[in-house]
Amino acid sequence: MTNQNITLISFGYFDESFLKNVAEAVKHEFLSSVNIKEGHLDLSEFYDPIRRQYNGTKLLKEVENKFSSDSAKTLGLFSVDLFIPILTYIFGQAFLNGRSGIASLYRLSNERYGMSTNDNIIFERFKKEVIHELGHTFGLVHCHIPTCVMRSSTYVEDIDQKSAGICVKCRTELSSILP
Amino acid sequence: MKKISILIVDDEESVRDSLYNWFIEDGYRVECAENANRALSILESDSFDIILADIKMPGMDGLEMLRRIKLLKSDSIVIIMTAFATVDTAVQALKDGAFDYVTKPFDPDDLSHLIRNATKQISLVEENENLKKKVVSLENVEDMIGQSESIRKVLKDIESVAQSNSSVVITGESGTGKELVARAIHSNSPRKFFPLVSVHCGALTESLLESELFGHEKGAFTGAMYNRKGRFEMADNGTIFLDEIATISTKMQIDLLRVLESKKFIRVGGNKEISSDFRVICATNRDLKSMVEKGTFREDLYYRLNVVNIFVPPLRERIEDIPLLVEYFIKKYCTSMNRPTVSIDATALKRLEEFNFPGNVRELENMIERALVVGNGKKISLKDLPLEKTILTTSVESLDDLEKSHILMILNKYNWNISRAAKALKVDRVTLYNKISKYGLKPAE
Repeated sequence: MTNQNITLISFGYFDESFLKNVAEAVKHEFLSSVNIKEGHLDLSEFYDPIRRQYNGTKLLKEVENKFSSDSAKTLGLFSVDLFIPILTYIFGQAFLNGRSGIASLYRLSNERYGMSTNDNIIFERFKKEVIHELGHTFGLVHCHIPTCVMRSSTYVEDIDQKSAGICVKCRTELSSILP
Repeated sequence: MKKISILIVDDEESVRDSLYNWFIEDGYRVECAENANRALSILESDSFDIILADIKMPGMDGLEMLRRIKLLKSDSIVIIMTAFATVDTAVQALKDGAFDYVTKPFDPDDLSHLIRNATKQISLVEENENLKKKVVSLENVEDMIGQSESIRKVLKDIESVAQSNSSVVITGESGTGKELVARAIHSNSPRKFFPLVSVHCGALTESLLESELFGHEKGAFTGAMYNRKGRFEMADNGTIFLDEIATISTKMQIDLLRVLESKKFIRVGGNKEISSDFRVICATNRDLKSMVEKGTFREDLYYRLNVVNIFVPPLRERIEDIPLLVEYFIKKYCTSMNRPTVSIDATALKRLEEFNFPGNVRELENMIERALVVGNGKKISLKDLPLEKTILTTSVESLDDLEKSHILMILNKYNWNISRAAKALKVDRVTLYNKISKYGLKPAE
């Protein structure tokens, strides 16, 4: 559908098959070629010792400036706790109608909320977050349809409620945005 | 639904950027300002639904900016953000008109919740405004139906007098809709969101009217168990409508004149002077001028009341409005009776147009309501309308007129069969022929 290549760059350790499956889901949703790359950053530069979290705004700018040149859309994948100055945490962030975004696994695992590990759930949540942030880079804003992947999620339960797919309304919007 | 606009005011770039990105992703129109002065200059040329402002900024702080924004646009929704929450600043912000108060950093859910509440408030205000407009537009046209020149003049008079504070006297026969005119004036005036208080002066004795208009104190008279506000007091900032003003006693005329001149009065049995800012509209079916000439109505009160005069024409002088009125009343009563709208027979409508309606529009309305109750529910026909009797009792003046109408009615009833008509009239055929010749009666073509 988009004919634009997408690059997923992992920062830190990610299981290879896990990334491939995410890339496959992204390819299926945006009908684009998807590359997987490894990126290297000194994350300590982005660490805020007072908040004991990583500054998402700065990381997003770093991805935009240093890693997005050879792809239409680039998404940085992290496993650290992200924040933006005004909010206590974020799952991910992207430039609306821009070239880059970021998403993190950190707050998506069941263990963090005192529940037993579930690899399938964490994959589903991450897949949705990645597609959601990429949707923003394609110019999609938050959608009010409960099952649409572009619906805003502030808790993992919200992510679980929605599907991994873009709804008809957003897909129509996407078709009109893309050349 | 319109796109909500948000102005972010914060001296920290990272805060502005992160909020900007967050709201942009939510589909809002977003602008940023790095300080209060910049925000105020943006607000001079552009308006925003929500202003999210930091409390601590170099130069003018958030609280001072909030006060200035409120002066510029009192209904602005301003949300104050701060890194250090203290009860004092929170209370001060809310006292100064802030919509809400949040401590940085906040949970994503808090932010969404905050904006959701603010947008709900915006839509409620908009809805309220729309409803007010709707109510006013409904009141303006309430039952005042017609296309005739005379009713258009009344509507034009209402429009031109509504915006002023002048006293108005509405004259016209009983049932022409004088109270509707008063309502229309009130609902088009700047006083429309305050009460329109009606008093039917003719229905009350002098002492009751006095207590009704001025109120009374507990124990002022037997039965005055509690303090009671008078109609003038109730009409503060609004309008008082005095119906049948010509019926008030000479003493009441003096009291009324005093109140109209000073806008102050004392409750019956009280000693405290009460002020009330009201507009007065009166109505009468009598000729006040001739009452003044005869000395039964005070001249000074007449001139005080009769700043503007609106004459509501009788229905017989605006026959062309009858079909519209009939249609309107059919719709009105079918709706209130939960029935499908019915039509009216052409003959019945023609007869209504020929009728002189001494009771005016009120009489027509009652006729239609009655016809809908007694009729077959499909079409209003002539037999459903109480016209025959009324014609006889209203359109005749002399005995000859009465005889002529009655003979014509009987002749029509028996299709001009002279023998049967004479038998019904209990006269012989020659007498009937003589009467036909005398009155020049002819069968309808």
